[in-house]
Amino acid sequence: MPALLHVNGRVRAVEVDPGTPLLWALRDELGLTGTKFGCGMAQCGACTVHVDGVATRSCVRPVSTLAGSKVLTIEAIADDRVGQAVQQAWVRHDVAQCGYCQSGQIMSAVALLKQQRKPSDAQIDAAMAGNLCRCGSYPRIRAAVHDAARALA
Amino acid sequence: MLKQLLLQHGAAPSRRHFLVTSVAGLSGLALASFAPAALGQGAPRLPPGQNPTERPEAFVHIAPDGATTIWCNRMDMGQGIETGLAMICAEELEADWARVRTRFGDQRGAYVDPSMGMHLTGGSNSVKNSYRQYRELGARMKAMLLAAASQAWGVPAAQLTAKQGQVSGGGRSAGYGELFEAALRQPVPESVALKTVAQFQRIGKPTGLTVSADKSSGRQTYGMDIRLPGQLTAVIVRPPVFNGRLRSHDASAALQVKGVRGVYPVRLDRGGQGLAVVASGYWQAKLGRDALKLEWDLDGVPRADSERLNAQYLELVQQPGKPAPQPHFKADLAPLAQAPKKLLAEYRFPYLNHAQIEPLAVTVDLQAERADLYYASQMPGVDAMAVAQLAGLRPEQVQIHVQMAGGGFGRRATPTAEYVREALDVALQMRAAGAPAPVQVIWSREDDLKSGYYRPLTVHRAEIGFDAQGRILAWDHRIASQSILAGSPFEAFMVQQGVDMTTTEGMREPYAIPMQLSVHHPQVNVPVLWWRAVGSTHTAYVMETLIDEIAEATGQDPVAYRMQLFGREATRHRAALQLAVERSGYGRRKLKSGQAWGVAVHESFQSVVAYVVVARLQGKGKQRLVQLDEVHAGVHCNLCINPLSVEAQVQGAVAMALSTTLPGGAITLKDGVVQQSNYHDYRVARLPDYPRRVAVHIVPSTEAPTGMGEPGLPPLAPALANAVARLGGGRQRALPFVFG
Repeated sequence: MPALLHVNGRVRAVEVDPGTPLLWALRDELGLTGTKFGCGMAQCGACTVHVDGVATRSCVRPVSTLAGSKVLTIEAIADDRVGQAVQQAWVRHDVAQCGYCQSGQIMSAVALLKQQRKPSDAQIDAAMAGNLCRCGSYPRIRAAVHDAARALA
Repeated sequence: MLKQLLLQHGAAPSRRHFLVTSVAGLSGLALASFAPAALGQGAPRLPPGQNPTERPEAFVHIAPDGATTIWCNRMDMGQGIETGLAMICAEELEADWARVRTRFGDQRGAYVDPSMGMHLTGGSNSVKNSYRQYRELGARMKAMLLAAASQAWGVPAAQLTAKQGQVSGGGRSAGYGELFEAALRQPVPESVALKTVAQFQRIGKPTGLTVSADKSSGRQTYGMDIRLPGQLTAVIVRPPVFNGRLRSHDASAALQVKGVRGVYPVRLDRGGQGLAVVASGYWQAKLGRDALKLEWDLDGVPRADSERLNAQYLELVQQPGKPAPQPHFKADLAPLAQAPKKLLAEYRFPYLNHAQIEPLAVTVDLQAERADLYYASQMPGVDAMAVAQLAGLRPEQVQIHVQMAGGGFGRRATPTAEYVREALDVALQMRAAGAPAPVQVIWSREDDLKSGYYRPLTVHRAEIGFDAQGRILAWDHRIASQSILAGSPFEAFMVQQGVDMTTTEGMREPYAIPMQLSVHHPQVNVPVLWWRAVGSTHTAYVMETLIDEIAEATGQDPVAYRMQLFGREATRHRAALQLAVERSGYGRRKLKSGQAWGVAVHESFQSVVAYVVVARLQGKGKQRLVQLDEVHAGVHCNLCINPLSVEAQVQGAVAMALSTTLPGGAITLKDGVVQQSNYHDYRVARLPDYPRRVAVHIVPSTEAPTGMGEPGLPPLAPALANAVARLGGGRQRALPFVFG
């Protein structure tokens, strides 16, 4: 029986084993490839999405646990006021290098700014510590989060 | 394979030059140090009209509405080269920058590096080798647009001007898009006048990536995002020890997993064997792989062990190895015995993994007389040859669709095209079994960390004699490290008298030191490869910490000592270090209690980076940790094309170098098996590890630019180590740092 997923404002049916991580339902079943695979064990944050507004590593979150939950991915983040501000700050600061981790970085940053309108350096570090960037875009991530917070104030 | 490639490009007369320079680009070695004659020969000769600088039609397309596409003859792995090269071309083209988009070239002749004769991204060569090429391409296309307008309007070209994507003159004007089709029918001018540096409008201006918005919205696609109709996904199970073979397997349970379509034997790198599980998606393939029952044949397979290798290498460097061939590594060591002061130091560096966040992924669409491959190829020409050979196709039947890379750092350029061949073999096995389909082979993080390749484990030993003034009288230096290039097609040119130049690059320069250098290249069953900045990842560390130690031992300021020791030609080193010193406040600013300065400077790939850092030690005894507070960089890359990109590359190199100093920043082997498996046990710097203040300062210059993808990395770890020594943390003789 297909599982029903509420993704980006739409209900979608996916034909996968219930233990399948959300990441692979998004990428392989729904064609939402903006969410990335990096580690498969919640260590790098490249797969970060929002589940009911909470930043969640989709690579370890089984589809079976998502009944009635709302999933938001990078593809729809521009529809959100905070999401749009973060994306714009990311472009202003030219944060991305290879860019592969940035979907996850942005999803974590948006979740932070929804909780904390004016995060301190320490709060940004703590909230973003789970998102690796091997290119080392870290200083621009910090600057862009602060900048997005200012834009939203 | 290379010979075929060479003949394809019609460069046979300068074969030696072609290969030498190709390899230089690949490894990033400063070739001039050992083969100045080869460098002086200039670019390989190509038939008229085939030279990649004379084919603007292959690089520029302008749509009727003015949308301008510029092709990049490199793979972009985050170094921002598609934007950098587009800026250079747009400068002379007089394009409207707001309308410029970028695309990647492929394995075809137009996209070879004009001086290396092959499409290759590496050695921080892209801007250096294509700066003039992209200016000429832009200028040629502009001339053709002007000629087209001149012809259409009956106005002499000299009375027309091109600006911001518009041609105007004689009372008329038109957008480039309206003139482009007619421009393509114009002859390509043989010679073009180029702007002076003072006339540049775009070059030198901080410019965001052409793809910044795509990369901030999930729209940018990478190799792993390719979706072809009917595409299946494969994962490969590889032997636990490199080169292992399958003794037996039972795939019955795997084939029962829903979505699994087949299990196929695969020929792996270095004679190893594996099994591919092909399924409808990644998760199904992974579950199938987990269900395989396997028995490996590891008989006679050598099992590397980091602890044993360290001991073995330390033993090796007690004796001289093969002498480095360059004359400046053949100093007389006699003064060592009588030197008033002596320093003996041994250093250990572990294997390192590239750990780019996008694991390797290759999509293969194999047809009867054609193969299309989609992935972030770093050497599409070499890869295409390997594919043609293995698939029994002609080279022109192979198309490599170069994708954006989710990081690379050297991992995506293997001389054997090993990960490409593996993926192709999966497609070949599927076809042979009567189940052909486009297939995407995905490496898991564990596959990527455990299955190679690695920066080689390396041991250095230095014995230095100097006097009370810090004058270095003799320096006996030995290195033990696997050769990266031995056994590759590049061995004949880059391994000189038994010494791999990628092992010794970065030694001695720019200090006029009487040094004798020799090298041991043990054979070890661990696959090794270039890793961002290659040999300089260890040579810079050794050189810059030892120079610092001598300064300290003779009571001299580490900056003043370096300035005095620099050779006469080291003007760029002086300028870079001076800039970092001035901007950091070094020597003038009082640091907080518990903080100390650290300094290092190093040239790699012809660019110089100097760091002045501020660091602290936290905790006690063995539990001590380093906190890097500030980094002030002085950069000399000649003319800076895009200050925003240079800054990003240095900022990023700081993170990657910092990772090598942190606990867990090492790949270790035990009994032939890599012990790390994912980011929880292979440490990569995270946001909280990153210094609060990183300032990048660029020395102004109008000289032809040099690359910046790698040079920011080598001097960071030694600058930090030098600060640690000043903080009482001891001279760190190994990476990652260990406190006693």
